[in-house]
Amino acid sequence: MISGKRIYSDFKVFSRGFLRNKFGLFFGLIFPVVLIVIFGAIFSGGGSGTTTVYAQNLDTGFGGQNLGNAFLAAMNESGTFQVVTVNITGDFGEYLADKSQSDGIAIPADFSQSYITGQQVNVTVYGNPASSSSGIITGYVNGYANYFNLQYYSNGSEPAKAIIGIQTASVNTQQNQYIDYLIPGLIGFSILTSPMFSLVNISSDYKKNKLFKQLSLTPLTKMEWLTSKILWYIVLTIAGFFLMYLVGTLAFNAHITLSPMLIPFLVLGPMLFASLGMLVGTVAKNPETAGIVGNIITFPMMFLAGTFFPISQMPEYLQTAAHVLPLFYVTEGLNNVMVYDNLGGALIDIAVLAVITIVVFVLAVKAFKWRED
Amino acid sequence: MLPIEVSDLKKNYGSLKAVDGISFSVKQGEVFGLLGPNGAGKTTTIEIMEGLRERDGGDVKILGLDPWKNGYDVHKKIGVIPQEFTFIEKTTPREAILYYADLFNVKCDPDQILKDVLLDEKTKTYFEDLSGGQKRKTGLALSLVNNPEILFLDEPTTGLDPNARRAIWEVIRNLKAKGKTIILTTHYLDEAQQLSDHVAIMDHGRIVAIGTVDEIIHQYGSGERLEIQGTEKLAEYIKANTELEVSYDHTRRTITIPLKKRIDALAALAAAEQSGMEWGEIQTREDSLDDVFIKLVSEPLGEQGETAIDSGKKRRR
Repeated sequence: MISGKRIYSDFKVFSRGFLRNKFGLFFGLIFPVVLIVIFGAIFSGGGSGTTTVYAQNLDTGFGGQNLGNAFLAAMNESGTFQVVTVNITGDFGEYLADKSQSDGIAIPADFSQSYITGQQVNVTVYGNPASSSSGIITGYVNGYANYFNLQYYSNGSEPAKAIIGIQTASVNTQQNQYIDYLIPGLIGFSILTSPMFSLVNISSDYKKNKLFKQLSLTPLTKMEWLTSKILWYIVLTIAGFFLMYLVGTLAFNAHITLSPMLIPFLVLGPMLFASLGMLVGTVAKNPETAGIVGNIITFPMMFLAGTFFPISQMPEYLQTAAHVLPLFYVTEGLNNVMVYDNLGGALIDIAVLAVITIVVFVLAVKAFKWRED
Repeated sequence: MLPIEVSDLKKNYGSLKAVDGISFSVKQGEVFGLLGPNGAGKTTTIEIMEGLRERDGGDVKILGLDPWKNGYDVHKKIGVIPQEFTFIEKTTPREAILYYADLFNVKCDPDQILKDVLLDEKTKTYFEDLSGGQKRKTGLALSLVNNPEILFLDEPTTGLDPNARRAIWEVIRNLKAKGKTIILTTHYLDEAQQLSDHVAIMDHGRIVAIGTVDEIIHQYGSGERLEIQGTEKLAEYIKANTELEVSYDHTRRTITIPLKKRIDALAALAAAEQSGMEWGEIQTREDSLDDVFIKLVSEPLGEQGETAIDSGKKRRR
């Protein structure tokens, strides 16, 4: 039988101990904000490197030449964008929205044929009209189209008329700044690190100095003990969340949205990583091993799950690999809600996260032994 | 029904027989001391009684209950200080007591408990900042929160300075005076002698002696003897000129003569005087619990045990 009174009483003792320990408080609340300030300062001012632009090349070629490829290759060489050609035949606008991307270029099927035969053909530039990058990309594409047009006429004497034209299509995805990704990323970071490190530490320490044994002599159950830790980290996570939100929006003008859809992430996340920390701390033989195992799990996850930069900027194979990391679903979910307004995507993240969390929680409670045999 | 009944208790760790078929019982209101060198099986025994470990064989009844199967009920009625008691660092003794009171769902007066364990001046200090003795007292305080019928104290004074040890003893005596049944493990013989009504000496998982301290000394000790500081020559002289049994210890330069009757001492001293040889200090002594302990415990003691066998009165090296 779970007793709320015992959970509350354990929660009280634990949280008081936590608040009295400035170290834990620093890492739980202040450190992520410091990271926001540091990374925000480094990457503010627009020098954000190359932007990824997705391209759909439907060009079937003509006379052994695929000028669509040539056009995209020329754009890629400019160094301003990284043009990523995707192999899809469906609605490109939808694809971009799915990818939470706004910028894209679509080359039609008859591109080579039209160009070579001098027929007018349009390249479609997808973008969010409100975003600055959209305008820049349109400008660039226009530039390259003119360049191709001039090439066409450079060896003839016909009066010039534009062969490659431009049409624009609007994608309803907001173009984001680095800080917009950074805030959910670092919220994910604090959801991961604070409960995980703390529980690895506590559980291996308590095991070593026999505090668990001692608590087992009271009516407190191990489930109640773990629950009170989880509750505390949920409280801490929510506090940290608002702090980061405020710093991000007020100090760095981040465009991030608040929504009740965030609650599942702020609850499931700490529950997952507190349980995972508990599991590592319990299974490991001593606090030293526990610390090492904890780091081995935490650090790659931190870097690969989109904490410090959006996952879409990573190579495809790493993006795929990231799907096995539990933190990925936290970070992606937070991004979907706060940045991309992609609530359908967020629901999937919540579902995956809930399953992982329940599995890890059950494993942690099972593996965790009060008494010895 | 006795509060504690243990019969033929067995516990193995792999091939090691940590507890090898021990039996004893403890009466209401008694202090029972489990003595033994490190690794004798004391902690395993006490942890099985507390329901922290499962036994491999035999029977254990704590207040009529099986402590492993009915741990939850047993724990409500017992108080425990584990060996090397520790607690949540940033918690004061007073908060710790209130926390335990919540967990046990009992009402208690933390100030009274702190007074009982002589800790009422340190109520606002965090556990991590307390001295070793104060930490143990906190442990004692916590073990009292649920007003237990039985207290299990596993080496409650190990590693403490003499003053802190005496303070803990005082607390234990007060608890005994209140009618608590107390099980105490220790490797300090003086502690067992000072506090226990009955002691059991354990070695290699077995009980090698059990009873009151006097009974054990009487049963296993060698009785009164005369010791004279002197040379081996003098020992030989006494042996030749009396009918007494005489032995000589080279390292201590001591002649030892067991006294069947007290008057034998006079004969020995007369012979010594007659010899014209020099002799030093004389004393009569009886085997103490130390002597008996060393006789009974087969293996040489480990580092910790060795220093622990100081009885406070005499040092044996």
